[in-house]
Amino acid sequence: MPNFYGKEINSRLMLGTAQYPSPAILADAFRRSGAGIATVSVRREAGGDKAGQAFWDLIKELDVALLPNTAGCHSVREAVTTAHMARELFETPWIKLEVIGHSDTLQPDVFGLVEAARILSEDGFQVFPYCTEDLVLCDKLLDAGCQVLMPWGAPIGTGLGLNNIYGLRSLRAHFPEVPLVVDAGLGVPSQAAQAIELGYDAVLLNTAVAKAGDPAAMAEGFALAVQAGALAQQADPMEPRDMAAPSTPVIGKAFLE
Amino acid sequence: MTQTVTILGGGIVGLTVAAELSGRGCEVTVIDPNGAPGPHGCSWWAGGMLAADCEGEVAEEPVVRLGRQAAEWWETNGAKVTYNGSIVVALGRDRTELDRFARRTENHDMLDRSALSDREPQLAERFDRALFMTREAHLNPRDTLMSLRDRLVSTGVKFAEAAKHLGQVIDCTGLAAKPHLPELRGVKGEMVILRAPDVSLERPIRLLHPRFPLYIVPRGDGVFMLGATQIESEERDRPTVRSVVELLNAAYALHPAFGEAELLEIGVDARPAFPDNLPRITRKGDHLYVNGLFRHGYLLAPALARMTGAYLLDNVVPEFWRDET
Repeated sequence: MPNFYGKEINSRLMLGTAQYPSPAILADAFRRSGAGIATVSVRREAGGDKAGQAFWDLIKELDVALLPNTAGCHSVREAVTTAHMARELFETPWIKLEVIGHSDTLQPDVFGLVEAARILSEDGFQVFPYCTEDLVLCDKLLDAGCQVLMPWGAPIGTGLGLNNIYGLRSLRAHFPEVPLVVDAGLGVPSQAAQAIELGYDAVLLNTAVAKAGDPAAMAEGFALAVQAGALAQQADPMEPRDMAAPSTPVIGKAFLE
Repeated sequence: MTQTVTILGGGIVGLTVAAELSGRGCEVTVIDPNGAPGPHGCSWWAGGMLAADCEGEVAEEPVVRLGRQAAEWWETNGAKVTYNGSIVVALGRDRTELDRFARRTENHDMLDRSALSDREPQLAERFDRALFMTREAHLNPRDTLMSLRDRLVSTGVKFAEAAKHLGQVIDCTGLAAKPHLPELRGVKGEMVILRAPDVSLERPIRLLHPRFPLYIVPRGDGVFMLGATQIESEERDRPTVRSVVELLNAAYALHPAFGEAELLEIGVDARPAFPDNLPRITRKGDHLYVNGLFRHGYLLAPALARMTGAYLLDNVVPEFWRDET
């Protein structure tokens, strides 16, 4: 099971809390997913005077670890300020760091991300950076003090799954000890299973569950997929090969057709 | 014997409950310290769409079922209801959103460009496909509130800014009832009112977008209401630049003629909602509370008013009932 900054988490599934039809359906989805971590956005809800408190209280009742995020921040300064607000509101050093660089694709601003990660790490935050699967970027994030990496599978909300399997596999191979989470871009459970089969520690998703016709059923689907992926990964899967390998011997059969 | 009722709150819920109960012979007083309907109440900022089928995309079944009764109630109670249906569109790269929306809703026809052109010629310049929600209607919320209040005054309902509570007290004060209904929360909404003389639309239009969904309701005389953000915050003021930019951008994407529109109003308030975003009638002490209509004020208030009447006068337990006595 994943371990983030010394905290053991009892599930490989992390869920966002935005865009559900209602908080009651959100709570159902969490119950059926068994998710261990909930991300929660702060930037827009905080308002003048903790005006988002009523909703945050509902999230706190989910009884999972909370990972506040800086969703919607487009600059280092904005992200850092939001992180401070989140630390005060949720009394946790954890922060999912998003610095958006492109408003259309919501692609992370990787330069701003490294800068903000350094500032926040030096200030005692435990940073979960939402990044791309670029190896050099990830190296620099680790230098900046991050002890978890959260590369995207595909752009936020697209449901395209794992766009660059080679890149994700290569990250896993280069950083065998670093907890890795596929964050964003997942649409259906099979894609989550695939991420875990690649050796990723967890997946984080929101839209795929929140916008499903039945969010709670989809949440359970993801929970089962993540479990399947973990079993497969631990079971040492066979290597793919080009030539067919019959599972029962054919020699000695009376007829081959 | 005539039943005496005191209703707290003269917004959408208070007025519909007053209409229902006075129509059924009760002696009704509505107390609202703010006087007549106005910017202090969230029903002032509503869209006024009676769009039960569209709401079915996300909302639960009772919203659709009860919402379908709304237009008839409003018309019976003197409101001017426009039965033009509504139109749902999606921009090019979000086209699949339209199919998803169609799968999850009922009572619609898919229109091609020429069929769309028959109904909304300006939209057909921009969209080659649209969903026509055949049974939906809309009204002007402010006119509706004011005329309902006038109608109630003329039928003998008393209005006061403060008065002694007589008979059964029904609290319809929305978010202000939070101290008595701890599960209630506010969901912030921001909206914009524009005058766009170059735009002509006959019915509410929804633009599907994964991040910035928008609806536009024609109010006549070239005036349009754009709504609405939905943010988990209890702020009732402070419309943000980001929200307004999103709304205006979406309108501009719907039709560039909105670019030359005049900004008339920017509105903001918080909708009262329970955790399941469904309404409730709660009995607590000797008060009844009718609350939690969320974004469905005009759509659900008639059904809630009927349930309140049936409870008080016929002892029928309402569908969304909480007994906390």
